[in-house]
Amino acid sequence: MNLNLRLRPASRVAGFGTPDLGRLAPVFTPRRSITRQIIQRDAPVRRLDWLLLGPALVLSGVGSLLVWSATRNRRGLTGGDPQFFFKRHLLNLVIGLVLATAVAIIGHRRIRAFAPIVAIVAVLGLFAALSPLGSTVNGARAWIQIGAGFSLQPAELVKLGIILCMGMILSERVDTGDLARPGDKAVFWALVVAALPMAVIMLMPDMGSVMVIAMIVLCVLLASGARARWMVLMFALAGAGAAAVVHFGLLSEYQIDRFRAFADPSFDPGGVGYNTAMARLAIGSGGLTGQGLFNGEQTGGSYVPEQQTDFVFSVAGEELGFVGSAVIIGLFALLLWRGIRIALHADDLFGTIVAAGVVGWFAFQAFENMGMNLGIMPVAGLPLPFVSYGGSSMFAVWMGIGLLQSVHMRHAGAFKSA
Amino acid sequence: MRKRMPSLLNAGRSRGDGAHTVRARMVILLILVLSLMITLFGRLWYLQIREGDHYAAAASQNAIRDVVTPAVRGRILDDKGRPLVNNRTALVVSVSRTELMRMPDLGTAVLTRLAKVLELPVDEVKARTRLCERNVPKPCWNGSPYQPIPVTDNATTEQALTIMEHREEFPGVTAEPTAVRQYPAPEGANGAHVVGYLSPVSDDELSKQKAEGKKDLQRADEVGRSGLERTYDADLRGKSGVTGLSVDHLGRVTGTVSETPPVAGNHLVTSIDAKIQAITEQQLDEAMKRARATYDAGNTHKNFVADAGAAVVMDVKTGRVIAMASAPNYDPSVWVGGISPQDYKALTDEKAGVPLVSRAIQGQFAPGSIFKVVSTSAAAESGYSTKANYDCSPSISVGGTTFNNLESRGYGPISLQRALEVSCNTVFYGIGYDMWLKDGGIFGKTPKDPMVTMAKNYGLGAPSGIDLPGESGGRIADRAWKKRNWEQNKDTWCKQGNTGNEYVDKIAKENCVDGWQFRAGDAINFAIGQGDTTVTPLQMTRVYAAIANGGTLWKPTIGKAVVSPDGKLVREIEPQAAGKVPVGDATMKYLQNALIGVEMNGTAAGVFANWPNAQMPIAAKTGTGSVYGKQSTSWFATYGGPKDGPQYAVVMMVSQGGTGSGTSGPSVRKIYEALLGVDEKGAIDPGKALLPSPPADLPHIQADGTVTPVSFHAPSFVSPPHPLGDGDGRTVGVSAFGPGALPPERVTYRTGRGT
Repeated sequence: MNLNLRLRPASRVAGFGTPDLGRLAPVFTPRRSITRQIIQRDAPVRRLDWLLLGPALVLSGVGSLLVWSATRNRRGLTGGDPQFFFKRHLLNLVIGLVLATAVAIIGHRRIRAFAPIVAIVAVLGLFAALSPLGSTVNGARAWIQIGAGFSLQPAELVKLGIILCMGMILSERVDTGDLARPGDKAVFWALVVAALPMAVIMLMPDMGSVMVIAMIVLCVLLASGARARWMVLMFALAGAGAAAVVHFGLLSEYQIDRFRAFADPSFDPGGVGYNTAMARLAIGSGGLTGQGLFNGEQTGGSYVPEQQTDFVFSVAGEELGFVGSAVIIGLFALLLWRGIRIALHADDLFGTIVAAGVVGWFAFQAFENMGMNLGIMPVAGLPLPFVSYGGSSMFAVWMGIGLLQSVHMRHAGAFKSA
Repeated sequence: MRKRMPSLLNAGRSRGDGAHTVRARMVILLILVLSLMITLFGRLWYLQIREGDHYAAAASQNAIRDVVTPAVRGRILDDKGRPLVNNRTALVVSVSRTELMRMPDLGTAVLTRLAKVLELPVDEVKARTRLCERNVPKPCWNGSPYQPIPVTDNATTEQALTIMEHREEFPGVTAEPTAVRQYPAPEGANGAHVVGYLSPVSDDELSKQKAEGKKDLQRADEVGRSGLERTYDADLRGKSGVTGLSVDHLGRVTGTVSETPPVAGNHLVTSIDAKIQAITEQQLDEAMKRARATYDAGNTHKNFVADAGAAVVMDVKTGRVIAMASAPNYDPSVWVGGISPQDYKALTDEKAGVPLVSRAIQGQFAPGSIFKVVSTSAAAESGYSTKANYDCSPSISVGGTTFNNLESRGYGPISLQRALEVSCNTVFYGIGYDMWLKDGGIFGKTPKDPMVTMAKNYGLGAPSGIDLPGESGGRIADRAWKKRNWEQNKDTWCKQGNTGNEYVDKIAKENCVDGWQFRAGDAINFAIGQGDTTVTPLQMTRVYAAIANGGTLWKPTIGKAVVSPDGKLVREIEPQAAGKVPVGDATMKYLQNALIGVEMNGTAAGVFANWPNAQMPIAAKTGTGSVYGKQSTSWFATYGGPKDGPQYAVVMMVSQGGTGSGTSGPSVRKIYEALLGVDEKGAIDPGKALLPSPPADLPHIQADGTVTPVSFHAPSFVSPPHPLGDGDGRTVGVSAFGPGALPPERVTYRTGRGT
């Protein structure tokens, strides 16, 4: 099996095309009334996984309020309009929903054919960010300014690309019925595909995304049924990589400081440790029911830097309290469980891998983000999916939801179980 | 798997054989994902529920800055409403430290300019604005770094205007009127030791208060440290207002969270009479001057040093203190706005006599012959007849030691009254020795020690319980004390026995072996108030007041009533009897007569020559206490008043001041003259009596804070009008801030994030 074979459009791959196009038909049928589309037993809306979509929508909605609360007093950021970020967050959400709908309608199987293109575009984006086109935010050269105050973070798209590419490579011989599990070559190439963008992201350096991608790779391998030795190799590589990073001083100063601040909360309370200390203070002062939305003293006083993005969870902690924050964690748990359920019920391995990859991505990114807010994970520049302000992240996670819905809508039991 | 999680993963069967492996993998993934979420949940619970209170407290400090508006402290008034301690408007120039710290040169340029305007040394201005830490000498700022730090409290209007009109040159500097303590010295009364002083609250007090869960004190508060300011601190202080401002991470004010207006402190009405206080201070001063002009022929062969003195005037019917003076004295206003190092050094300077110490309640001196009233009480109550005569020989020899009478003069057999009148030591030596023998001497099994017991019953050897802090109890050198003292010192004494000096070695050896013994000499010395026994002037005043009133021992008080700023009586401080002296009426009468005899025919007769004894009998006793290695202590203890019953006890003491009658006596007479309206020639003019009896009523404080003095019992009271306002019916000088006019609030906001 050579790489060319992997990368050609997978039009002849089994499972793509024949039965599913028929099932997809109602999506495109304009003749049916909206009422019928909803009421009718096989209406696509009824095939949506509402328990997946619901939490994602609620999280995004809560996110918009938290972002609003976090930024309403930051005139330097908002330029005088306290609702600036609120509106932008909702706009991002709408764009995200459109993208998700498009992805769900196009379907993961058709996208499978374009997976390499997605990956290549994403990697090109990464290079662009590293080139003079890119800009540096908080120590990582991971953004591309595209004018009008918008900027893109290609690493977000890379996560999707890697899931799709790895899924394509790993599932090919299995979904054709040739093999019961991915062969070693497929696994090897899949890892190579993941390693390339990872290396680029490391150069930025954006350790948070590297960790998320590692988690995605792990989940994808797990879902694909690859031999256990590959997993062991993964862990060995991760360990060796970490050792190499530390040994050769590949981490930049600010990253080392973040880890030091994590290990020693009293380290540099005015600088690196300040973020985490303030976030923890805000969360801790929330108590059981919180101080109420827009009433958080720490939030209102803008004590927590980056509170609308990476530290948005601290707003929830302070203003919504334990109850509200636990609901957010619960919504993530619900969403992730539905994702895993979708992965399990997928008709083909590609669907399973894609769903599991998205689950791993969401799970780890949410854990890392909330964990650093709560002081149990080192600080890494990762947004909280759905909740944090940020277009690239919002678009990417909603495309992830689109993929999950696509897998869900196209599995054989969709009519019965939806 | 299927059985364990049927409901969760129940439909995967589409890929036949592979289904169960997919299921297994998904279960692993699910466990992984859920464990991550559960970890977050647990941590969330820990932070918000378990440690929530801790973080909430920390957060409130982070986001809220308290701005303290000091409460106006209550005034301390004399018995007629004249303010002994007042408040005045001071132009306080303060510096915001946080603002200075933001300047590139840490504010040096601003402080230098400020020092020039205020005409103060730059170093002093800088010193006042630094924070008090370990190893930082005073002056330094003890309060919150967020609070404006006062640099001076007596800026002139011109200086304040200069600062406020050139704000750009003085960023972070404010000049605002604030209420500070003022000592108007009504009638010239100083009373520094009585009123006490304030100083800023300390970190220890704040943390102690925090531990007790109270919130009475604020960072900027001043606390009474001494005198009435301390005893009645809680009444006088009031409650500072606190405005909680929410601030953002740059210290910008985002709103007002809470606002508690300040509550002005209550006024304290005292029994001190400013006029009598002034005269007492003045007369103590005169007595000391007199002593310094007197040659100490018998002992040191130089003029008396008169290093310290005290005088107390007490109402014998209530135990209330009318006047209390201590020398050396000081100006209480040195404490206002923080005492300077030089001033503090001066107050605690040994060479200057440590002016900070109140000799009246803290000075401990051998009482000398004024103690003989106790000896006489003990003798009479122990069966030594008041009708019998006792031998007043020139000296008495006991166990090889000779105890001399004053100037070795003998009077032959005399009564106890006569013994008091002429202050015959040998009579009391004899009685003391006889009592000691009856007790079985050194090894007496159950010694009664009647004189020791009587001394204790008169309240000696223990603090009187006056409402002033830091009172000394004096010392009764009884058997128990001798033993304690020996146990503490025997090691030293035993080591000292080898100096080669025969006399010193002998004494040391004696002390080493049996220094615990209450020997005949101890009993003999005790009988005339000598030896190791010490008393405070206040204690002796109380003793004479008890004799005057027939035996009631009062707990002395100065505070009379606490009155709210709008004039309502908060509480009256009733005089309290501490006990009754166990002396029978007959003995008491005898003693009273004897003391009047002292004034008429005895050692005090010269002082009270041409005194109108028929109308204003005075009982007196002189004392000249010997102090080892020092000049003798002059004592003059008296009580007196109208014929129908004595009103006042007056006691004066001058340390290293010579004889009682020579040094203190004339001054005490002057005090009586002023109190009762008697002139030098003995003529009585009731109109000139400043205080024939203490006012029965409290001065009336009106709702607007002005004071109407109490009316007088004395008919045709005439007094020269006093420029400051006076006790003759007019309104007395009103405080700069009535209860309605609080000092302008200090509005500043705080900067810097408190991490």
